[in-house]
Amino acid sequence: MSTFKFSLVLLAVGALVFAAARYVGNDYVFFAGYTVLQFIVLATAWNILGGYTGYVNFGSAAFFAVGAYTTVFFHNLYPLPIPLLVVIAGIVAGVIGIGMGYLTLRLRGAFFAIATLALAVVLQTLVVNWDFVGGSRGAYVIRPESVPILGNYINYLFLVMLLLTIIALVVARTIERSQLGYGFATIRDDEQAAEASGVPTLKLKLIATAISGAFMGMAGAPFPYYIGYLEPSSAFGLAYAVNSIAMPMIGGTTSWIGPLVGALVLGITQQVATVTISSAVNLLIVGVLLVVFVVVAPNGIVGLIQDRLRARSK
Amino acid sequence: MDISYDLFINAVIAGLLLGGFYAAVTIGVSISFGILDIVNIAHPAFIILGSYIAYILNTTFGLDPILASLIVLPLFYALGSAIYQVYYQSFERRGQEALRGLAFFFGLLFITEVLLILVFGVDYRYVEAAYIGPSLRLGVMDFPLRMLVPCLVSLALFGALHVYLSRTFIGRAIAAVSQDQLALQLMAADPIRIKRIAFAMSIATASIAGALLIVIQPIEPSVGREYIGRVFAICVLGGLGSLPGTLVAAMLLGLFESFTSTFYGPSWAPAVSFGFLLLTLAFRPAGLFGR
Repeated sequence: MSTFKFSLVLLAVGALVFAAARYVGNDYVFFAGYTVLQFIVLATAWNILGGYTGYVNFGSAAFFAVGAYTTVFFHNLYPLPIPLLVVIAGIVAGVIGIGMGYLTLRLRGAFFAIATLALAVVLQTLVVNWDFVGGSRGAYVIRPESVPILGNYINYLFLVMLLLTIIALVVARTIERSQLGYGFATIRDDEQAAEASGVPTLKLKLIATAISGAFMGMAGAPFPYYIGYLEPSSAFGLAYAVNSIAMPMIGGTTSWIGPLVGALVLGITQQVATVTISSAVNLLIVGVLLVVFVVVAPNGIVGLIQDRLRARSK
Repeated sequence: MDISYDLFINAVIAGLLLGGFYAAVTIGVSISFGILDIVNIAHPAFIILGSYIAYILNTTFGLDPILASLIVLPLFYALGSAIYQVYYQSFERRGQEALRGLAFFFGLLFITEVLLILVFGVDYRYVEAAYIGPSLRLGVMDFPLRMLVPCLVSLALFGALHVYLSRTFIGRAIAAVSQDQLALQLMAADPIRIKRIAFAMSIATASIAGALLIVIQPIEPSVGREYIGRVFAICVLGGLGSLPGTLVAAMLLGLFESFTSTFYGPSWAPAVSFGFLLLTLAFRPAGLFGR
């Protein structure tokens, strides 16, 4: 399927999802759906670096928070429309990704992973000590009651996130099938051999980090309007870091469909668990599933299904 | 800013005492990450687990927290042994430690933290011991026993491990396993067994480090996250696996943090260690004493 056709199919599916949510007519569907969509973007973004090149990013929450705080910054300075904020947040997060990647990507993968953990804490400390964006007290971002045409504001936020999800999936799939994607795969399989064959590994890794970080920042940009009150410990929450790793790992890391499947399964499970049990227990579920899957099913749900199909066709 | 002589001297003392304690926190990672090349980012979570066990034994039986940590040491050793077995079977043997091994330890970190939150909640917990209140005064110098005792225990642990690693057969085999596994096999030692012992020892140190931590400060489950940056900063700066290097790097970080919180305020302290780590990785990844 060509990229153009693929985009059309996703747009059609997106339109159906939006129509169905409107048909149900309950605001909760939009609130819960927004969270699931946000996780699809985060998981897809994580996978562009983690799944395609094999470099683990533990700092998803940092990039997400960069996006969210970019919005808070502009909200206090001069409110801009959300789509514009998404673009700005993507640029800021992408630049931070390049900066950190430039410092640490020349080293072994483990060092990069540890450095991403460090980045999250350094940025959180900066935000806590930065009064303009609310400091440790947090910042209120009052969202308008309604928007023209769509009516309720949460419908608008949901639509923005839905479009962002479609863009992220199209980008991930396009990368996978392009020369860039093959370059990423060589890094994942054997970086030294790739380097020896003339693959510009550092450049490719920087590109992957920038794209991945940018999408995480974009996913964070509408968040302050969604939550209404943003404080550092919620923006930098470990839940974002662990979910954006767990979802691709559980879904499968080798193609764009894995993070999508993982995010849908885990995201919906967590929405149900939060309502029926408690939010601490649902984080425990994510952690346990992550460990079980990496030990037992290294290729995730997609890998399990592929094995089953292959066994049947024999 | 007016920097008085007394304040300066006491900041140095506080930094050195803190650094001594950091050495105990880091030594486990120096063994697992530095020597065995296992990126155990869950180590600080096990330290917090150690703190809570010391807390339970202290509040229910009135045991001294450090003594309590020595009693449960075998349990931590067994836990470490079990974790290494899973890690070896699932990742190391298949050459998948890079991506999945890291995710595995991240999952362990997360599970430990969430379980502690579910059991104990997010209230700060502390222990009772005779040496927590008073302090030793020598002229203008102030040595709070709450810091001095953990520092001395830590140095003792450090010395004992250093002697063990450099003098005994197993200790030398642990150093050898990181250099040449095949050669070790030719000496009739099983490298997997040696690695399992070393990893179990590294987790065992978390029991003692946890008890020292809860003596120094009240703890809650997410405190461990602040230590991830510290331990890896010290470990990398100390030159991965070199114990004397680790000790020097721990002292340096302790001094840095002590000066930051004395002269700029404690809210900046967490950024110091992580900033330290980022700078080390960027400019001196081989560590202070690396070649």
